[in-house]
Amino acid sequence: MSLKSTLTAAGVFALLAGSASAQSTLVYCSEGSPEGFDPALYTSGTTFDASSHPIYNRLVEFETGSTNVIPGLAESWEVSEDGTEVTFNLREGVKFHTTDYFTPSRELNADDVIYSFMRQLETEGSWEYFNAMSMPDLVESIEKVDDMTVKFNLTRPEAPFIANLAMDFASIQSKEYADAMEEAGTPEMLNQQPIGTGPFEFVAYQKDAVIRYAANPDYWKEGLPKVDNLVFAITPDASVRYQKLQAGECHVMPYPNPADIQAMKDDENINVMEQEGLNVGYLAYNTQMAPFDNPKVRKALNMAIDKQAIIDVVFQGSGSIAKNPIPPTMWSYNEAVEDDPFDPEAAQRMLEEEGVTDLSMKIWAMPVQRPYNPNARRMAELMQEDFSNIGVDVEIVSYEWGEYLDRSKAMDRDGAVLLGWTGDNGDPDNFLAVLLGCDAVGGSNRAQWCYEPFDDIVQEAKTLSSQEERAELYKEAQVIFKEQAPWATIAHSVVFMPMRPEVEGYKVHPLGGHIFTEVGLAE
Amino acid sequence: MLRYLLSRLLTFVPTFIGVCIISFAFIRVLPGDPIIVMAGERGVSEERYQELYEQFGFDRPIVVQFWDYFTGVLQGDLGTSYVTKRPVWDEFFSLFPATLELSICAILLAILLGIPAGVIAAVNRGKFFDRALMSSALVGYSMPIFWWALLLIIVFSGNLGWTPVSGRIDLLYFFDAKTGFMLIDSLLSGQDGAFQSAVRHLILPAIVLATIPLAVIARQTRSAMLEVLGEDYIRTARAKGLAPMRVNGVHALRNAMIPVITVVGLSVGMLLAGAILTETIFSWPGIGKWMVDSIYRRDYPVVQGGLLLVALLVMVVNLLVDLAYGLINPKIRKR
Repeated sequence: MSLKSTLTAAGVFALLAGSASAQSTLVYCSEGSPEGFDPALYTSGTTFDASSHPIYNRLVEFETGSTNVIPGLAESWEVSEDGTEVTFNLREGVKFHTTDYFTPSRELNADDVIYSFMRQLETEGSWEYFNAMSMPDLVESIEKVDDMTVKFNLTRPEAPFIANLAMDFASIQSKEYADAMEEAGTPEMLNQQPIGTGPFEFVAYQKDAVIRYAANPDYWKEGLPKVDNLVFAITPDASVRYQKLQAGECHVMPYPNPADIQAMKDDENINVMEQEGLNVGYLAYNTQMAPFDNPKVRKALNMAIDKQAIIDVVFQGSGSIAKNPIPPTMWSYNEAVEDDPFDPEAAQRMLEEEGVTDLSMKIWAMPVQRPYNPNARRMAELMQEDFSNIGVDVEIVSYEWGEYLDRSKAMDRDGAVLLGWTGDNGDPDNFLAVLLGCDAVGGSNRAQWCYEPFDDIVQEAKTLSSQEERAELYKEAQVIFKEQAPWATIAHSVVFMPMRPEVEGYKVHPLGGHIFTEVGLAE
Repeated sequence: MLRYLLSRLLTFVPTFIGVCIISFAFIRVLPGDPIIVMAGERGVSEERYQELYEQFGFDRPIVVQFWDYFTGVLQGDLGTSYVTKRPVWDEFFSLFPATLELSICAILLAILLGIPAGVIAAVNRGKFFDRALMSSALVGYSMPIFWWALLLIIVFSGNLGWTPVSGRIDLLYFFDAKTGFMLIDSLLSGQDGAFQSAVRHLILPAIVLATIPLAVIARQTRSAMLEVLGEDYIRTARAKGLAPMRVNGVHALRNAMIPVITVVGLSVGMLLAGAILTETIFSWPGIGKWMVDSIYRRDYPVVQGGLLLVALLVMVVNLLVDLAYGLINPKIRKR
């Protein structure tokens, strides 16, 4: 047993014995196993919680608990006049982890940054998030200006680019480690025994059981992390996580069962933090098919949906009604927009005025649970009932998840689709352009809705660098969206985080990650 | 005996080929495309899809894909997981000891309790013990595993605090897994209390997993015993004044064992099925959970490799059961 593992064991012992020891260990009952430890290869939050958040840093970071972008491994950055050149000045003296399996010989420099992106730009591999964020189209080249300065040349000005670099796929790897592994013929070790600059060093992973980390003694942010050891006890079942939290076998757990939340709030040994998630669940009409090409018909259907009933039944209270396509925690959210009233009678009249009678339609219900829609089947049934009240006949259909995602993209799709979205980078463009832009028709724009006045505004906003000016445009876009009603906006989920009372400084992160850098334990 | 063994082994070949074909076909006939599942809501562009399609080798004819898989299997190469990028073989062997350890404990528990219970019930046929035992066996057999597991956790871990909620050992203990069997590794580690902790963690999952086989074995033992107890030679044995213990325990039980062993053999398949739920609830890092996750992710190499290995395991156990028949009943091995 190495010294580090002895220390880890000692730390856990101190936790269990409840003694005041020099070592403190935070135990997080995570919901699943990471797919690997190289975040650029994956897209799931569970993997990011175990890899990019504890182990790595990025050039810029999201401030924990908000979507603000703050300096990370880059101390500062400049954007050129025309918006196509972004130059990052790297932080001096940042050390990579020294572990049992690797000892770095140098500190972070421009080579590491260039390597971390160029591998995704140039080599074959499943760099899904990098591709999904259109980075290959956007980044023309990356230049090393000097050892501590890196310049990105872009093909077009794009304001959300900086926020993209705070995302998990943009985690900075050690080129020295990658080269060493390449030379040893084991490049896959980057994904199994990671080396980063982050607050915690990787110690050990036993698949489906436990991940151990130790605090990075050389972390570049003074005084962080606050605990000496971090342990992920992988516990897939939500009821079991709750039992473990009660029994003191872990300090923090994610994703409680909605039905348990009240009991948790009543338990004095458990604190429950809550925040609206950065997501939206919606029903997307196919706006290219009659009669759903008529905004008034869509509006009428929206008015027939009893959203409060959906929040109560489907979300069991852990959701809030959505009126805009972006969540309220996001900048540029337009408070002034008024939601369609729930008024079945008026809705029926509107349909008749438009000459739509005996309408029958399909509603697609997703086969999986998602934060923005914990039970799509149930939601579809409630809508079926709501629509039958205004004389619209609904058939509910569902497909296997992969099929569902694929078929729902079709331009000639029959029916309205239940789906949703969780924000990637905290930028409104990531909702409005990705889900409702003309470019996304036939893809992630499930409403197949291409409306020029809306699209022009969203495209213009992308090219501006002032957040205030952009916010104004996005607010306007939300008004147009509401008038045109390509979706029925249903709900934003509320994220609950139960934890032991001794946990200090935890912040619910709107982008969905579970981050323990600033979390401490009271004695 | 050698000829018997060889003839059993020969039947392995067609079964093995059949299992290879089925495991290969099974995941492919399920709707759902691994590339699209991997991309999720974000989707994947047409060119990117093509790129990945070729990377995974889906552009080749299905027969060629199967042949590659099959020849790989013969050389001991089960492929690499699409998700974790690790060899299926490595993943299986890092997880399998956990399942094996749990299954062995469960089946031992089921045998050690089930056979005596069945014998006692048969001897006391119609009396209170018999009725109570058979009713509880029926309840045990019919109970949903996940519900039973949660109930035990809430009572014994939550309310009474006697057993840990989940996992294989307290997080306090941290040592290299030399064998993958926690009971052995914890002893080897030499750390104080590690072995006890591993045992305490094993209790509830083993009880849960043993419940159904225990019920089946008890019922099977009882009915086999009843049949044998009615035979002439038992009456003769009793008539010549042998002690009841000797009649029941030696003359009757040995002859009642054949159907019981069959059931024990069949229970192995049942155990592996039960392990999926039990492992998920008790956060037990075995192959059950691994297989289910990979089906959801359409991780073809893992699903087909995992299925193949599990099927092989069941085949080996059945072979052992066949050999055990021969040991118990000389008539069979001479046939």
